[in-house]
Amino acid sequence: MSAWQDVCALTEITPDTGVCALVDGKQVAVFRTGPDDGVYALSNFDPFSKAFVLSRGIVGDKGGVPKVASPLFKQNFALATGVCLDDVAVSVRSYPVRVRQGRVEVDATE
Amino acid sequence: MSRSTKRLIVVGNGMVGHRFLETMCALPGAADWSITTFCEEPRLAYDRVNLSKFFAGDTDGDLTLGSADAYARMGVEIVVGDAAASIDREGRQVRSQAGRLVPYDALVLATGSYPFVPPIPGVAGDGCFVYRTIDDLKAIRDYAQTANVGVVVGGGLLGLEAANALRNLGLETHVVEMAPRLMALQVDEMGGAILRRRIEALGVAVHTGMVTKEIVRREGRACGLRFADGGELAADLVVFSAGIRARDDLARASGLALGSRGGIAIDGQCRTSDPNILAIGECASWDGRTYGLVAPGYRMADVAAQALTGTGQGKLGTFDMSTKLKLMGVDVASFGDAFGLEAGAHTLSIVDSVDGVYKKLVVSADKKRLLGGVLVGDASAYGQLLAMVQSKTVLPPNPSDFILPARTGASSGFGIASLPDSALVCSCHNVSKGAICAAITDSGLTAVSEVKACTKAGTGCGSCVTLVKDILNLELKKAGVAVTNYVCEHFKLSRQELFHVVKVGQQRTFEEVIRAAGSGRGCEICKPAVASILASVWNEHVLADPHVGLQDTNDRFLANIQRDGTYSVVPRVPAGEITPDQLIALGDVAKKYRLYTKITGAQRIDLFGARSEQLPLVWADLIAAGFESGHAYGKALRTVKSCVGSTWCRYGVQDSVSFAVRLENRYKGLRSPHKLKAAASGCARECAEAQSKDFGVIATDKGYNLFVCGNGGMKPQHAQLLASDLDEDTVIRYVDRFLMFYIRTADRLERTAPWFNKLEGGLEYLRQVVIDDSLGLAADLERDMRAIVNTYECEWKATLADPDKVRRFRPFINSELPDPSIVHLPLRQQHRVATWNEKAARLGHGA
Ligand code: SRM
Ligand SMILES: Cc1cc2nc3c(=O)[nH]c(=O)nc-3n(C[C@H](O)[C@H](O)[C@H](O)COP(=O)(O)OP(=O)(O)OC[C@H]3O[C@@H](n4cnc5c(N)ncnc54)[C@H](O)[C@@H]3O)c2cc1C
Ligand code: SF4
Ligand code: FES
Repeated sequence: MSAWQDVCALTEITPDTGVCALVDGKQVAVFRTGPDDGVYALSNFDPFSKAFVLSRGIVGDKGGVPKVASPLFKQNFALATGVCLDDVAVSVRSYPVRVRQGRVEVDATE
Repeated sequence: MSRSTKRLIVVGNGMVGHRFLETMCALPGAADWSITTFCEEPRLAYDRVNLSKFFAGDTDGDLTLGSADAYARMGVEIVVGDAAASIDREGRQVRSQAGRLVPYDALVLATGSYPFVPPIPGVAGDGCFVYRTIDDLKAIRDYAQTANVGVVVGGGLLGLEAANALRNLGLETHVVEMAPRLMALQVDEMGGAILRRRIEALGVAVHTGMVTKEIVRREGRACGLRFADGGELAADLVVFSAGIRARDDLARASGLALGSRGGIAIDGQCRTSDPNILAIGECASWDGRTYGLVAPGYRMADVAAQALTGTGQGKLGTFDMSTKLKLMGVDVASFGDAFGLEAGAHTLSIVDSVDGVYKKLVVSADKKRLLGGVLVGDASAYGQLLAMVQSKTVLPPNPSDFILPARTGASSGFGIASLPDSALVCSCHNVSKGAICAAITDSGLTAVSEVKACTKAGTGCGSCVTLVKDILNLELKKAGVAVTNYVCEHFKLSRQELFHVVKVGQQRTFEEVIRAAGSGRGCEICKPAVASILASVWNEHVLADPHVGLQDTNDRFLANIQRDGTYSVVPRVPAGEITPDQLIALGDVAKKYRLYTKITGAQRIDLFGARSEQLPLVWADLIAAGFESGHAYGKALRTVKSCVGSTWCRYGVQDSVSFAVRLENRYKGLRSPHKLKAAASGCARECAEAQSKDFGVIATDKGYNLFVCGNGGMKPQHAQLLASDLDEDTVIRYVDRFLMFYIRTADRLERTAPWFNKLEGGLEYLRQVVIDDSLGLAADLERDMRAIVNTYECEWKATLADPDKVRRFRPFINSELPDPSIVHLPLRQQHRVATWNEKAARLGHGA
């Protein structure tokens, strides 16, 4: 069962940055990548600093893999999977996300 | 066990015993032996050289050299916590304390030494300790809980190390030495005197020429020392460090020959008077003496292993007893013929009792070779000098250059390249320069950690690591590996080249830059670097749409992120001058938004704990009270610190506050490769610490002396005097040029001091560029600076004027709720960030 929730208009997210959304009481970091308009959703929780900050990280790529760097201690997380690229034993939750008629929707059930 | 095995027993599992096992088992002949080792201590071999690190929080485990697993893999049976009690040479067996009887074909004694405790009344009982094993240190640490004053008897190398440990345990600390100076074995009289001053300055009392006669006790507890001259010293914890003695008792009891000054006599292959028994390490006496350092012990271990396996004809040579150590942060080194004993030897020395530095070189009669020396207070040249002694390199014409403070501007790099390959770099592991170079080229090493892993150099006492690093860099440079300073995987360019790209190509956005000169999408390294370059060249608002995604979080929120994701706010307080009304305004804002306040280390006030959505509100109030952004978040000018100067201070010769205000207002907002700090002092007393800043001025009666490229922080460095007695306008002209030149040419996150250290030609070159305009750049540099100065705007003011920018501070894109994860708890009259456990308990969930 899925429950898509409306979060914001795609245009509200500056390309190559993230924003944080509150979905079902969960902090979800939603990112929009450059010219391709990719959208990704990860938990906003940074497991290294234990602070809710990932949406404020710098978006970029490592060897072509789109990723975000935690603003606190700069560990990299793959946007698509949430896996930490510096320590594959660590990952953050990734959520389904889509764009419908210019609106970004996230499914944060489980 | 294979048929033909012979039995080998190793008594003692200290540093040398362990090294022996490692070497032995790696040799081809090892398979013929089945090995048992007795380990008296309750733990396997550990790094005794770094014993004091135990107090620095290292657990036993951190010091461990061998592991049960590793021994098992090597096929060594290890008996922990049981000592060898006697040797039956006739029957070739060893009996242990616990009664084990183990036969041997060969026996290796590696029993080390024990600390000598003078047999004076009162030494037995509570409160008296030695400093040799982990258990000794544990006992000292426990007893120190109930003690106030600690004394170390013995002012040698180990005694001072023990004194440092007592001091770190919070005890009032004394050192009592019988000889007239400290470290009498390693340093001469002047060196001892300088060392004493430095150590006293750290709060450790030094008593030389004192012979301890008795430990005074009250109700059984040690309470003081009584000296031969009748004097007394109150103390409740005493550590004896009065020399070591070889543990030769086992050998003595079984009738082995001993050295004339103790120790088990051995020949060049480590054999004792019984050909089936070898001795290695501190318990052995070679050439009539014992050796209290680990390097000779390691050499013995290697020679003994070769002898037993028949794999080598190694023989002991003469040992180098050179040492370098850091005692309580004071460098002390002694090498080669430190006392100038060779006939006709010359000495050269410098004494600087102001900075506490003493350096002495001993040079051969023909002035061609360096024989040895003593360094106190600054031993940075040790590695290079020792290598020159050992390799007998012919000295350059002015050997005094090695010990004189670096002549400003002159490069001091003539040493490393000229060292021959045979030069010994790491004495602990006997690694030559040639071996290091070979490892670097053969295995393509590029990092010091790799050189360490591959050659072992630098993994002992650590004193050769700087030399190893210099050799590595030199080799890389030679190989054209041009120690790459590419920004990151997206730009195969250095920051300097990237700056040039932007200057020439006139790109205004990251997209344009990466399309012109890079690949991929960028990352957290190149984006802020390019953002900084764009800001230095164009000075557009950092939150302007194309730039916002490039900024590190601090720049993106124009505030400093804290551990819980809240931010701190530091308004500009030019020169530290602040009015009572501004102080009240800051207090009002802090109260209104419940912010923790603290005076910073740079003459400003920091307001901590603002939620992102509060930042625009806080700033609206601050701007109303006349404040501007302080750029504490940016790689930009931070502060121009000032002292009060001639307007109030009786010594001030210039109005340093007014000048500091002028400087701060000129350069505020200037983005640079790293942060910039400055200061202005009103007289030579230098209360503003201008000599520790990226640029600083010190008033003279004729104007100001201008200093550049100083640094506090992680690696403090004094600034260099660029020019003297300048008027204010000239200072500003030079600083404009200097800063712009730095901004154009430095690496990312490279402050002016490390930038200067890499500048070919040093200070002289910098003077030529900045003062004499040798590159013909001055007008250009000044123009660039003027453009920045003229386009300054307070970033916060501009942000508040733009609703789109303000919207970015909301915590959630789809909700006005505050971030529930932020929890602050009371601390004194203010509050602090809750720990994760405190927070998790309240929030009731994990991620
Ligand atoms: C707040 C403050 C400590 C305090 O409570 O006093 C501080 C706080 C931080 N310092 Fe500092 N430094 C502060 C004065 C200093 C000083 C003293 C000074 O400026 O006179 C120094 C030594 C002087 C110097 O820089 O040469 C100092 C040397 C550093 C360094 C080491 C820089 C270096 O070149 O070695 C870092 C790390 C870095 O920048 O890479 C650092 C980094 C930091 C960071 C940014 C660490 C971080 O990434 O979070 C801290 C920001 C916290 C915040 O929210 O403000 N801080 N820091 C001081 C703010 C001064 C201000 O008003 O702007
Ligand atoms: C605080 C401190 C700092 C030092 N700093 C330096 C330095 O900077 N540079 C340097 O070169 N050297 C330094 N040293 C000296 C260095 O630690 C020694 O040279 C080295 O440990 C000698 O090794 P070893 O194996 O001969 O003796 P040890 O390491 O003492 O090992 C001997 C072992 O044998 C055991 N043993 C003795 N008798 C028996 C028996 N009958 N049966 C079973 N086991 C037995 C002992 O319990 C001990 O564990 C320092 C020493 C100390 C204490
Ligand atoms: S010294 Fe360290 S802990 Fe203290 S403010 Fe500076 S960076 Fe933070
Ligand atoms: S000289 Fe001790 S580690 Fe190299």
